[in-house]
Amino acid sequence: MCARTPAKKTTRAARPAPELIFGDLWTFDPAPETADPRLQPRYNLYIGGKFVAPRSGKYFETINPANEKSLAEIALADASDVDVAFEAASRAFPAWSRLPGAERGKYLYRIARLLQDRAREFAVAETLDGGKPIKESRDFDVPMAAAHFFYHAGWADKLAYAFPGTQAVTPHGVVGQVIPWNFPLLMLAWKLAPALATGNTVVLKPAETTSITAMKFAEILDEAGLPPGVVNLVTGAGETGAAVVAHPLAAKVAFTGSTEVGKKIMRATAGTSKKLTLELGGKAANILFEDAPLDQAVEGVVNGIFFNQGHVCCAGSRLLVQEGIADAVLAKLKNRLKVLRVGDPLDKNTDVGAINSREQLEKIRRLVAVGVKEGAELYQPPCTLPTEGYYFRPTLFSRVQQSHRVAREEIFGPVLSILTFRTVDEAIEKANNTSFGLSAGVWTDKGSRILKMSTELKAGVVWANTYNKFDPASPFGGYKESGFGREGGRHGLADYVKLS
Amino acid sequence: MARLLITKTPKVYIGGAFVRSESGRTFPLKSDSGEFVGHIPQCTRKDLRNAVEASAKAGPAWSRRTPYNRGQILYRLAEMIEARSLELANALDLGKGDSSDSRREVSGAVDRLIYYAGWADKYEQVLGCVNPVSAPYFNFTVTEPMGVIGLLAPAEAPLLALLSLLAPVIVSGNTAIALASESHPYPAILLGEMLATSDLPGGVVNLLTGFRKEMVPTFATHRHLRGVGGVANAEERKTIRLGAADSVKRVKLEAVEEKRDWFADNAQSLYAIRDWVEFKTIWHPIGA
Repeated sequence: MCARTPAKKTTRAARPAPELIFGDLWTFDPAPETADPRLQPRYNLYIGGKFVAPRSGKYFETINPANEKSLAEIALADASDVDVAFEAASRAFPAWSRLPGAERGKYLYRIARLLQDRAREFAVAETLDGGKPIKESRDFDVPMAAAHFFYHAGWADKLAYAFPGTQAVTPHGVVGQVIPWNFPLLMLAWKLAPALATGNTVVLKPAETTSITAMKFAEILDEAGLPPGVVNLVTGAGETGAAVVAHPLAAKVAFTGSTEVGKKIMRATAGTSKKLTLELGGKAANILFEDAPLDQAVEGVVNGIFFNQGHVCCAGSRLLVQEGIADAVLAKLKNRLKVLRVGDPLDKNTDVGAINSREQLEKIRRLVAVGVKEGAELYQPPCTLPTEGYYFRPTLFSRVQQSHRVAREEIFGPVLSILTFRTVDEAIEKANNTSFGLSAGVWTDKGSRILKMSTELKAGVVWANTYNKFDPASPFGGYKESGFGREGGRHGLADYVKLS
Repeated sequence: MARLLITKTPKVYIGGAFVRSESGRTFPLKSDSGEFVGHIPQCTRKDLRNAVEASAKAGPAWSRRTPYNRGQILYRLAEMIEARSLELANALDLGKGDSSDSRREVSGAVDRLIYYAGWADKYEQVLGCVNPVSAPYFNFTVTEPMGVIGLLAPAEAPLLALLSLLAPVIVSGNTAIALASESHPYPAILLGEMLATSDLPGGVVNLLTGFRKEMVPTFATHRHLRGVGGVANAEERKTIRLGAADSVKRVKLEAVEEKRDWFADNAQSLYAIRDWVEFKTIWHPIGA
């Protein structure tokens, strides 16, 4: 049926896209956010309610990816530090899990409020350490992190309602959590809030390149008077993370990061009774039908891939556009890219900030080179990049084939691969032709088609006529190699409890 | 002269057909008293792969059946079992001296199917939800079947445990390949015949008999199996999680040591259905 329907002709393809060229006509004055991030020169580990030096005495530098300058020294936790952290969490567990839910909830409410109090300070720290535009850390990361604590606080005394028909809802014990560098504070909130609301205690490892807001968050835990040992933060790189995952006291392991590391963690926990949830990579299809409101769709596509420099596991990194409007959409996208402001993350006008690390920048460069070599057509706007720091031009690849690596591998950068389709069935086939299944987007004016597409797309989150929307009440997580388990909503609680 | 009985050739049920193992191998099944019963197919990993293929083909159509229809088909399977309960009880007796449990196990299996048949058009209402997001979007979460699921049945309760594992998997639209009890495979052979007459489309449930050590590694690594469940010993559980990591497969295994009571009330649960569904959240703008 669908396969026989010819693509509907629209007049829009013929109309030239209006071009905004004000980028060349005048320059923006700098508009830096100036709030004091209140950084310390050195951050220790947070174990058993105290800031303690690592046993090895070793520290590593964390830098600002916008200018490659050092921001602070971060403690390097080794296996013995991780062990002490788990002991502390284990000691704290009996009292914390027996605390009436309403009381546990109050701690979470306090945390939410304290984070709101210091929101701007945290936003600046997040931008300095991670490179994301201040408007994103200010308007998205920090308020959303607070919202997660506020949301989960209310669940703490209502867990029986989340799991009807069960006799008891009990926490696992000590949970080991490892989080990524793309949303450092927000991922910490996604992990801690449900774990604490359900009565678990935690050992959490922030990402190596973005530990600052996690350690600042320890100050908030301190201010909130959270009992010692309920949350323990150990900083370091892969080895520290491996020690967290492998620790025998970890009853459950929760990980957000790459599919590659997720698989390693799955293997590392084989042969144990540890519960596991994984939130891994993605290669989401953002599907644009001919009847979609094009200007809004183009905004959504741009937000879908350039939000947070594309360092988003659910980024809409594959644009599937219906053939009849492909040229028009590409023209509109190019025009939009020309006016994206790439540069100083602290500048309030910046749209695309710094790439998180040199390593990530090199990975993006490598994959983009592969895209060119494999025959995709590259477009990058002629913007000037800062001379220092890690930056990458917003990038479009058109004429991409499904077999191209830029259509199959997660790039985790500001790179959009554009493919075309003719029919609904072809769109579904191409969208699902991936080993990932985290998210997808659909742009169409037709309600029944949205429901058809959202039914057929193998992805844990489907955005219709919008993209990259998040909410503490909305479950998030993937199908297939994008992991298992959900975060947020009633469903996110399930992964932190045992039912009987 | 007494008439010579026509004995039945045991065959496994794969893709809606009754087949011997592709390997041509069998192993002899004897009753408690040592009497020869028949040659049971000794299935191989190739049989498992064939079953996965059949299962994957059957999946989309099965998951598109209406919940009401899936419920009725599970109910129909219960009818088929009830009607042949004596034969099944006799089959269960083969491996053990005490026959009192066998009747109980058959009726338990029938009741278990009825329990899950009733969930078919209700679990979505309990597991899914509308989410109150703080923005103008209609946001809802629905369940969706995972796909093809591999199941390892325990040695004991060869009918009841097998059906207790299968029913919550298929009720939501998944398809399954189950490896029957290694020590008491005969009830699974009979179950195949009942599945074939239950209106359940071929390929939705596939039953293999044979040796776990030959097939568990393939259950672990087959990329088209989206999940592996059932009961396994420590070594098998490790093998399966290691293999499952390659395709981030869902693993929900119980330990043999837990010695689960398959007759107990808590051997059936909505949360057993939940184990084998994915959750999908859809955001839809609210606007004119």
